[in-house]
Amino acid sequence: MIITDKQKQTLTHNLAVATAWIVALLFFFPIFWMILTSFKTEQQAISIPPLLVFEPTLDNYRVVHERSDIAGYAWNSIITSFGGTVLALLISIPAAYAMAFRPGRYTKGILLWMLSTKMMPAVGVLMPIYLLCKRFDLLDTTGVLIVIFAMMNLPIIMMMLFNFFREIPKEILEASRMDGASTLVEITRIVMPLAWGGIASTALLSVVLMWNEAFWSINLTANNAGTLVSLVASFSNPQGLFWAKVSAVSTLACAPIVVFGWMTQKQLVQGLTFGAVK
Amino acid sequence: MLAVAIRAGQQGMGSSMNQTLSRWLQAPSIVLLFIWMIVPAGMTVYFSFINYRLLSPEQGGFAGWSNYEFFYTDRDFWPAIFNTLLMVGLVLVITIVLGLALAVLLDRRFRGRNIARLLLISPFFIMPTVNALIWKTMMMNPIYGILSVVWRFFGAEPIDWLSQFPLLSIVIIISWQWTPFAFLIFMTALQSQDHEQKEAATLDGAGFWAQLWHLTLPHLARPIAVVVLIQSIFHLSIFAEIFVTTGGGPGNQSTNLAFLIYRQAFFGFDVGVAAAGGIIAIILANIVAYLLIRVIGKNLTV
Repeated sequence: MIITDKQKQTLTHNLAVATAWIVALLFFFPIFWMILTSFKTEQQAISIPPLLVFEPTLDNYRVVHERSDIAGYAWNSIITSFGGTVLALLISIPAAYAMAFRPGRYTKGILLWMLSTKMMPAVGVLMPIYLLCKRFDLLDTTGVLIVIFAMMNLPIIMMMLFNFFREIPKEILEASRMDGASTLVEITRIVMPLAWGGIASTALLSVVLMWNEAFWSINLTANNAGTLVSLVASFSNPQGLFWAKVSAVSTLACAPIVVFGWMTQKQLVQGLTFGAVK
Repeated sequence: MLAVAIRAGQQGMGSSMNQTLSRWLQAPSIVLLFIWMIVPAGMTVYFSFINYRLLSPEQGGFAGWSNYEFFYTDRDFWPAIFNTLLMVGLVLVITIVLGLALAVLLDRRFRGRNIARLLLISPFFIMPTVNALIWKTMMMNPIYGILSVVWRFFGAEPIDWLSQFPLLSIVIIISWQWTPFAFLIFMTALQSQDHEQKEAATLDGAGFWAQLWHLTLPHLARPIAVVVLIQSIFHLSIFAEIFVTTGGGPGNQSTNLAFLIYRQAFFGFDVGVAAAGGIIAIILANIVAYLLIRVIGKNLTV
């Protein structure tokens, strides 16, 4: 039998697609298993062979809700990631706007310097930050996390906003200026409506990054300002096996942000590569 | 002179904003970021040269290089440096090879491609502590973990991953999270590849590997460089994954530089020594950062 080129191509294509699906499912498997385990009893969670079909229960979610202050931790995650995002946007929108529409001789240098601050390893400044917080009674407060998250992510946010503002055609602004529009009118009526989508997706990516930030959450918080990240970390030394309950907590902690993440795919690439890959 | 005048004219054209207003708008972000950078870094430098133990605060004074000496003569120092670099290296190789393969694999039209892509990138959005905990318990547990079930299915002796191969386990956990990142970047970059060029190459009889080597890889050179540098920066200070899984052990087998500093600070209560370690970490990160900034700077148009 002779295989034609066409047939060979189809065969390769089908093989590639099959492989792609298998790998995609393998990568997703740990997440799938976590979600599945969260609906099992503790007994079923550690059964051998592992159970794929079982009668699902919501007990874990109920117990987790009753016995741990998960709502409090979730609230802290929301407050710190959204608060940090709002703070960072308030600081960076005016700056990115000015840099994009009125670039000066030093603009490029400033932007690159801002990026370079992102390279500072957190562990390098752990001691001073910890001691400053301790000195001013800020340990275990959400306020300090909001400020740290905002400053940590400011460079990424600046860079993304700068790129979005630059894509706005300058001719539109010129035309409005001819008509006598002031800077304020220019910003509120023309630039903002055009940049709104860019700002929203920047905000979304920022929330994702802050929600998952672990180093400072673990080291600076305890019961009062602990986020979901640190709540999950506290399960790392379980007395006995509570896989089903841990899975329920983890599922709750991750579900909203994974969906957010799906929505930010494109911005994520631009944001995390600082615009180097588009 | 003329060139300067033209440039000045162009700058003014886009906006009614004047130079002063522009500076005022930029000032808060620059000043705050400068404080955020200089105050903690300055304090770390200062701490690294004084005697500062949380348990014996009366012992102050200038310490010279003794904190640094203490830190790098710690018997865990060189293992930690070695572990740090090995982790970064292994994760880079795994994520880039897998990410490339997946990007090429999914760079074709098929039904459900978007869903396959969503499944693939999901691990990147799982918080580090959950990631570590899933693997520590449900995947790698030597008795009940899925991997041990698979091992037994093939008649092999299950592995106690975290105690037998702690470093490799952490590498696997982190690669699972970051392969999606590399994949996403490469896939985005592939979308801008010239498909006509590829078709022409096919007509000329160039096979898959020839095309990969001569067309795709050169096209991805920059994205690969960017992924290497960005991942290096993140992975040089891996913390949460170690914190949740092995705690740096057994012994020092999975202790990296970041974890060693953390241990000095919160178990040794020695601020001076931890600060000295912090300075070493900052220097290491800045070598990578310098390269990254150069790559990005080339592409940045103002």
